[in-house]
Order: sequence, then structure tokens, then C-alpha cells
Amino acid sequence: MEEKLKKILDEYEREEGNLIYLLQCLERDFGYIPEDAVNWFSKTLDVPPAKFYGLATFYAQFHLKPRGENIITVCCGTACHVKGSERLLSSLTKELQIPSGEDTSEDGKFTVEKVNCVGACSIAPVVIINKDIQGKMTADRLMKEIKRLK
Amino acid sequence: MKGKDIQIKVCMGTGGLAAGGETVLRAFRESLKEKGIDATVDRNCSIHQVGCRGFCARDVLVDVIIDGEKTTYQYIKPEMVPQIVEEHIIKGMPVEEWTVKDDYRQFHEKQVKVVLADCGEIDPEEIDSYIDRGGYEALRRALTEMTPEQIVNTIEASGLRGRGGAGFPTGLKWEYARKNPSEVKYIICNADEGDPGAFMDRSIIEGNPHSVIEGMIIGAYAIGAKKGYVYIRAEYPLAVKRLGIALEQARQRGFLGDDILGSGFSFDIKIKLGAGAFVCGEETALIASIEGKRGMPRAKPPFPVEKGLWGKPTVINNVETLANVPYIIRNGALWFAQYGTDKSKGTKVFALTGKVRNTGLIEVPMGITLREIIYEIGGGIEGDRRLKAVQTGGPSGGCIPAHLIDIPVDYENLTKVGSIVGSGGMVVMDETDCMVNIAKYFLEFTQAESCGKCVPCRIGTKRLLEILTRITEGRGRPGDIELLEVLSNDIKLGSLCGLGQTAPNPVLSTIKYFRDEYEAHIHEKRCPAGVCKNLLTYTILEEFCKGCTLCAKVCPAGAIVGERKQPHRIVQEICIKCGACFETCKFSAIKKG
Repeated sequence: MEEKLKKILDEYEREEGNLIYLLQCLERDFGYIPEDAVNWFSKTLDVPPAKFYGLATFYAQFHLKPRGENIITVCCGTACHVKGSERLLSSLTKELQIPSGEDTSEDGKFTVEKVNCVGACSIAPVVIINKDIQGKMTADRLMKEIKRLK
Repeated sequence: MKGKDIQIKVCMGTGGLAAGGETVLRAFRESLKEKGIDATVDRNCSIHQVGCRGFCARDVLVDVIIDGEKTTYQYIKPEMVPQIVEEHIIKGMPVEEWTVKDDYRQFHEKQVKVVLADCGEIDPEEIDSYIDRGGYEALRRALTEMTPEQIVNTIEASGLRGRGGAGFPTGLKWEYARKNPSEVKYIICNADEGDPGAFMDRSIIEGNPHSVIEGMIIGAYAIGAKKGYVYIRAEYPLAVKRLGIALEQARQRGFLGDDILGSGFSFDIKIKLGAGAFVCGEETALIASIEGKRGMPRAKPPFPVEKGLWGKPTVINNVETLANVPYIIRNGALWFAQYGTDKSKGTKVFALTGKVRNTGLIEVPMGITLREIIYEIGGGIEGDRRLKAVQTGGPSGGCIPAHLIDIPVDYENLTKVGSIVGSGGMVVMDETDCMVNIAKYFLEFTQAESCGKCVPCRIGTKRLLEILTRITEGRGRPGDIELLEVLSNDIKLGSLCGLGQTAPNPVLSTIKYFRDEYEAHIHEKRCPAGVCKNLLTYTILEEFCKGCTLCAKVCPAGAIVGERKQPHRIVQEICIKCGACFETCKFSAIKKG
């Protein structure tokens, strides 16, 4: 881990001391913001951990818990909303048995998240399955995709 | 230049890629190679990826241009490619059944393309393809023939106003910054397109990133900035990638860096990735975010043109605004001002989505009516249902009811009817959309995105949402509508930034035009559009049910019981009212009400 963190530190120093950039690197390399990493940087840079958490909880891009192997992102923009994204979301949480208030299935295989808008409104409703944007989604097709990943 | 005779252009915007643009492009390469035409080398035939041409619903769109004659194909899949190559490219006979029809022409007929003129024509990852169409000519002229003052005057004379939402005159903003004596100044391109239902900026950057960069360099020269930032959403990976490529290419050609085009002027641009906060579209919040802080707005004045990034004068322009600049410098202020209305000049790009037949990205002259947009460009409402309202301006805008669709679309007129032009989202809604639900949808959004700094926005939006939620769940109380109105007006007056000041707009405009729907929810516990789940029941009409079991199969809750070939029944206690059965039933045997 320390190797990775040192590398990020190098990048950070080139970026005019921007903590958001640092957190983005952590998110990119670890998939979330590990507590140990925050503590390491807090010591190394002499910045209180609260600064990091202040940012990490303000911006939607940062996660404090590890996420699932597969990330299913349901777009909930206006166009997707009027074309039934809500239903896609509820069938996903049901199929994957995601506990209420959580976003990751208990076996850690799937994370279901909402995104405000990916700007692909003309092919609404949109679901992103592991970075692959898929338009005009139906509950049926979505379930087939999920079965394929299981 | 190579590839003059036969050009194949494949749409590879986010829409095109989602429909399989990459596999289509590869299929063309392979198919041509098989026929002995090596498209990458051959002087006569070339394949290009291009950005969005607007009609994403028809993707993958492919242009085949032979000796200047263009044929456009729609809904292209890789397996269709060999036939196009065989019949059209080799034998010269277009495959008629796959080409676009009249509705495609109709979609484009009323549009006027300024900003989008080169989108869909050029390869966004190839700077030469922009230069070949006159790109960076405006920059050369600006740096070698014009003074900063002349540039500002040209932009002012063109009447260009900010395309990000508020519509502030761009020339005036530049003039304030130009006059500021500070040694250090910044220019920022705001590409944090956060409005749900809007994708103009994404498409412009994906389709023609150099137009934005060129506009930024001209702006920087005009105000005297040496450094610029593009603040862009991380949710737009393709746009980020193409912008990065474009910046690198511009640097190699000497359009960015030291002593640009020998003028002595130096300038460079850096990309800053947003981290997912809607409020960062607000200028002062955006600045805080670039500085590495929580993206919270501060009170204005001082405005960013006086005290912006790191306390220095900063101009912040939206993507579309900047993309207009090179075309204005190249063609002149009068050319630009010929489009539009008295106070709103030029064109505006809108993301036309929702329940219209033709969804996509459109560019129209200011002053066009909503009717022309919906019924001529958009081809009318899906399934010939009745138009109910058009939502413009995203969470800061409002719903314009069907009876007002003959008003001209410009800054003044949309504001007059309680909405805004905003960044350009335009979501069309029909009789099956519930206006209370839409208001609630936007409040869920603004409530979650409120940064929490000022009380009217933080607590006010929460209370609005609570009231709207209880109305849609059948727990509305008499007096709720009036309460919503009072609260909304207080939030508008008391909030610190644009987010809070506009957050109640969706509520106020739906109450203004669709008060009867609110009343039906509150007094009759009924959702006239049949959307609000708690006010709905699904029942099976025995006389129509054939017992095909399809509904029981699709029911995610297992709430439908019955024997094969016998009428089925919905167990109301288990039903989650998702409507899956209603949509699957082939015999119209399920009643919603």
C-alpha cells in the first residue's frame, strides 16, 4: 500500500497541493478512500484527517467503503426519470438483495448506484454496467445482464 | 490531403458509442481490407470517427461521402457493414432501405448550426480536420490583427450572452476583466454540466473540443490571462479524454504555450476534474473546488471578475459560450447578430429529450417557438399522446404548459412564464407524466445537492420535499399548496446562491399551471396521470384475462396468482405497484387507477 501512496504523493506535489486531486487518485487506485491511506497522508502532509473527510463527504465521487466487483450505475436524470429509471433501480435492488440503506450486495459482488445525469438523455433510460454505457434499457434486458455477471 | 474521394464518417459520441459505434467502425475497416481497400493508407478512401450530429436516437449514424455526395445511414449494426461496402462503396449504389428518411431531414430543417456546425463533420481527435474547416483562423486573426479591446468590442457587438444559464453579456464580463489592472488573471471554462437532462456541453467537447480551446485562448488574450482551467465533470470520461488529446495537439502546433503564433502572448490550459457536486456549477463554488476546497459558494460581490481564483480577477464562461467565440471572430459580430431576437442574439443548443419522437441535440435560432421545436424538429409526441408541458432549465427552471408553446424561446420570454433558458435542457412531458411528481423529482435533486451553507436552502428545500412527498403519497393536507408557495418565495429571497434562489422554480411553476393536479392529490387522493404509486391500484379485468401467465412471470414481487388459462388476480398486499404487468399484458386486461 505504501508504495502506491508514495506514488500518489509524487503526483500530488505536481498538482499545486490540491487535496481533491489526491482523493481522486486514491479513488482511482483503490476504488474507495481507505482510512489507512487518509491517516498516512495526514501524517506525511501534516493536514488533519478532518480536512480529508470534509472533502470526501462533500463530493459524491468519493466512497468511504469498498465497493462491489461490479458497479451498476443507474442514471436518474430527468429524461431517464420520465422514462422509468426508478423501476430499473427497484428491480435491481430486489434482484441483488441489496439491504436497504446500503448500495452493495452482501457478497460484495455488486454495487448499485444512482448518478444525476450522464448526459446521454436521448437514449434514456441509461444504465452503466462496469463503465459500459447502455441506452434504452428495459428491466428484462437489465436482469439478463446481471445474470451474465453473476 | 488524403481521402478526398470516399469518406466514411461514423458517429462516436457517447450516444454513438453506446449503440456500438466502435464495432461499426472496426467492421468498416475489416470489410474494406477484405476487399483490398486499405482505408488507412489508400489515398481515395478514409474512415473517420466524428462527434455527435444530434440525432442520437438513430445511432449508429454513418455518413458515406463519395465525390462530395453524402448519404446518411441510420441504426447501423456491424453485420450491415459488408453490404454497404459491397453495394455502395464498390458499386456506387446506396443501400436505400437503411438510409435516413424524411423525418431525419425534418429534424435538421429548422435548425441553424453555428456552434455545432463542425460537430459530426470533423474528427475530434485530429486537429487537422478542425484546421481544414477554418479552425484556429480566428485565433490567428485575433492575435495578429486585433487588439484585446477590439476583440471585446466585437463580442459585445455580437450580443453573445452566457449560455450557462444566467445569460450575462459575455463582452461585458470580458470588459470588466480586461480593465482590471491585476498582473495575474485567470479564465475558466465551466464544463460542470450538472443539470439532469442536459448534454450540450458534453456533446460540444466530444464533437469539437478545439472550438472551445480556441475560444478560451481568444478570451484569455482579450482579458490578459496567462493561465486557464477547464473544470469538467468526471462523469464525462469521453469528453475528458478528447479534451486532453486536443490540448496536447494544440500545444504541439504552438496554439498554446509560450509566444503563441509569434505574438508574444503566452497562455496554457489545465484540466480540472470535478468530483460530483452540482453546486460547483455556481461560479464561486467552482472556484473553491479548483482551489481544492469544499465547493461552497460565497456571497457576491465581490464578483469573480474582481476577486476570483486565488483572489485574482477571473472570467468564467460556459462551454457553449466559448465555442461561439471563434465563429464570431471569424465571421463578424453582425453575422452572429442576424440570428435571434432583439435582446437574445445568436443560436442556442438544446438537449431535446423526454416524450418526443425525435430526441437529440438541436441548435436553433433564439426566438423559435416551442411548437416548432416539439412538433417540427421533434416530430411530435411519442405514441400521439397529448403534450402536457415542457420542462426547461433543469432544476432551476420550470414547467411550461402546453397552451403556452407558441411563445418565442429566448431569455426574456421564458423568464416571463416562470421558467428559464438555463443551460439548455428541454424535457417534453405528456399526459402520463404527473406534475407533482416532477416537482418532487427536482426537489429531491436540489435538496440532495444543496451544499448546506445557508439555512433557507438547506432546510427550506428539505421541507419542500417533505411536503411534496406527503402529497404524492396521499397524505397531503388542506393548505399544503399555500404553504409550498410561501416557503418557496422565502427560499428564493433568502438563499445565498443561484442553487437555492432557483430551487423552488419547479414547484412554483407547476402550482401556477397545474394547481388542479395538486388539488386532486390532496383532496381526492388521486393522481390524474397515474404515476404516484401510493395513489394507484392495479387490478386484472377477468373478462379480458386469457391466463397467459406473462404478467405473473414479470411481476418482481410475486404478487400475481392464478392457474394457466384461468383469469389471474393481483394480491394487493404484496403488489409494489411497479406497473411491469400493466406494460407486459398483451390483452389490455390490467387496469390502472
